[in-house]
Amino acid sequence: MTLDDLHIGSILVSTVRNAPVLIFAGMAGLFAERSGVIDIGLEGKILASAFVSAAVAFTTQNPWYGVMAGIVVSMMLASLQAYIAITQKGNQLVAGIAINIAMSGLTFVVAQYIFQQGGRTPDLGQARLFDVVLPGTAAVEGIPFIGWVYAHLIGGHSVLVYMAFALVPLVHWIVYHSRFGLRLRACGENPHAADAAGVSVERQRYMAMLIAGFLCSFSGAYLSIVQSGFFLRDMSAGAGYLALTAMVFGNWRPLYTFMGCLMFGFFGAVQIQIEGVELPGIGRLPGAMIQMVPYVLTVIVLAGLMAKSVAPKSLGIPFVKSR
Amino acid sequence: MNKDLPRWATAFALPLLNLLSALLVTALVIHLLGESPTESLAILINSAVINPEGLSYTLFYASTFIFTGLAVSIAMEAGLFNIGAEGQMYFAGLGLTLAMLTFDSSLPALFLIPVGMIGAALFGALWAFVPGYLQAKRGSHVVVTTIMFNYIAAALMNTVIVKLVPPGEQNPASRAFAAAAEMPRLNQWFPVLGETPLNISFFLAIIALVIYGVVVSRSAWGFKLRATGLNKHAAHYAGIRISKMIIIVMLISGALAGLGSVNSIMGSTHYLSLNFVGGAGFIGIAIALMGRQHPVGIFLSALLFGSLTQGGFDLSLEKQNIPPETVILVQGLIILFCGAMENLYAPALAKLLKLKK
Repeated sequence: MTLDDLHIGSILVSTVRNAPVLIFAGMAGLFAERSGVIDIGLEGKILASAFVSAAVAFTTQNPWYGVMAGIVVSMMLASLQAYIAITQKGNQLVAGIAINIAMSGLTFVVAQYIFQQGGRTPDLGQARLFDVVLPGTAAVEGIPFIGWVYAHLIGGHSVLVYMAFALVPLVHWIVYHSRFGLRLRACGENPHAADAAGVSVERQRYMAMLIAGFLCSFSGAYLSIVQSGFFLRDMSAGAGYLALTAMVFGNWRPLYTFMGCLMFGFFGAVQIQIEGVELPGIGRLPGAMIQMVPYVLTVIVLAGLMAKSVAPKSLGIPFVKSR
Repeated sequence: MNKDLPRWATAFALPLLNLLSALLVTALVIHLLGESPTESLAILINSAVINPEGLSYTLFYASTFIFTGLAVSIAMEAGLFNIGAEGQMYFAGLGLTLAMLTFDSSLPALFLIPVGMIGAALFGALWAFVPGYLQAKRGSHVVVTTIMFNYIAAALMNTVIVKLVPPGEQNPASRAFAAAAEMPRLNQWFPVLGETPLNISFFLAIIALVIYGVVVSRSAWGFKLRATGLNKHAAHYAGIRISKMIIIVMLISGALAGLGSVNSIMGSTHYLSLNFVGGAGFIGIAIALMGRQHPVGIFLSALLFGSLTQGGFDLSLEKQNIPPETVILVQGLIILFCGAMENLYAPALAKLLKLKK
């Protein structure tokens, strides 16, 4: 018997596979919010890039063109948000919700127009991003535990999974050890001090939003061209909000946010495994009850931690240079 | 808020310009979908306003939207952004249905309607209570928690409705209520309206608008409410208990959203069905922002969305590239232009007015 037959094995593997959606979006939100802009529009950006990635990947039969198209669209939406939040000094929450609702409608309408399949894209088939097999997998496959870990837990994922995990230390370095990161945090905590020190708060926030748009697009691309292999109406199903909650859970810090993403990924994996399993004393849980798990968890996390967590001080406050 | 502009400009000219921008972008999308915007508009107006039966459907949808619009508005007056009207109305449908399934064989119509309304308002308020409580006591942002409660309501109702399906039925819906539980329809007095679900809920919605207007802008409590929304710290200093205010406002908001289900269920289907809300809660957000939380504004915006919903259905039959979901896009655009970018044209307008002087 291999470890793969045990539930814990597949739970771990699907944790690794669930997490990237949240990691990309969580890191995107982190850049935006550390600069002082609330990014509740992650959900809409994920959805838009998921659709565009799938549509372009299907049409060109090349997943990387899909990824690139997703980046363009997500960054355009982020620029719009930035324009509202920074230049217009409008309400950032309202802007984010507007983008989420508009994208929920627009992706359906356009998907229906192009593909005529009830708002979904055709199966991507060969245009999906496939899992990579790490070199030497065949050699170690026979070894009982290490072979399984190397072939299935560490290896055997899509490139985007490795990018997501590699992103975390990179973001940590940028935020805490680079000049850009210092300025970023300054703009989120005390923009007037940053301004007095010669940093252009507006420019810094625009940069942060563009980075957020760039990173967020990978969440969408991962959903459609890696995980499912097609686009489905409203397929993001709250992933943007979960990522945001993971970030609150992680106190707006990259490494802790990453842990939050893994936690949500883990519960997502358990959620799938537990379906149809007879639990001692409880019996079989109805599927709909299990569907609620991540959302209930989000509320609990927010209720338990929000009071203690420390948001960037100027989060959500438009910067007015002088009066 | 722009202080240099006269009141007519901020109250009418700016919202109108913003609305026009949203509709212009929609027209552009329709054009890109290969359909004619002007032709579509003609179909829409004909179906939703000119045709009396269509107009009655417009008013029917508007009755629900007035309630969800009020729900979002009253929370907004207190500085709370309630995205959860959708879930609150959905869960309220359960309260209403449980009340009806219990009493519809024993009570006369005169009592059934208030009982149904109480059931709906109670369950709607209950669904808004937890996010309100968590915002007030734990600082969990009401935006995220209410969104989560929308998802939770959707999952919960999936399980509950299946349990309410009468034996031998396949459709995921409760049994139909007794005839006494049906809201009286307006076509019995106005036969010109044809086969329409338009019912006395429309008048209830108007009454709710009036009460809202009086309470929010003419009562001491309304003053406290608006003070909380304008400046929490100042309101606290003036002796208003903020956390109590937040919880009460969320309860009222949830109850109002819940009352929207009375029209949808007791006024039309007469049974509880899956996804009966159909986005009315989200439309409430667009209505509250477009109507600037003013009763007249809410009424007009609800009429607009009522006609978009009614006209949208007919439009989708004639133009297959414009599905009814296009209304969701319009909602998003209206929230974007009337909410997030409400002052987009303010500088230009101020310049224009100064030139005239």
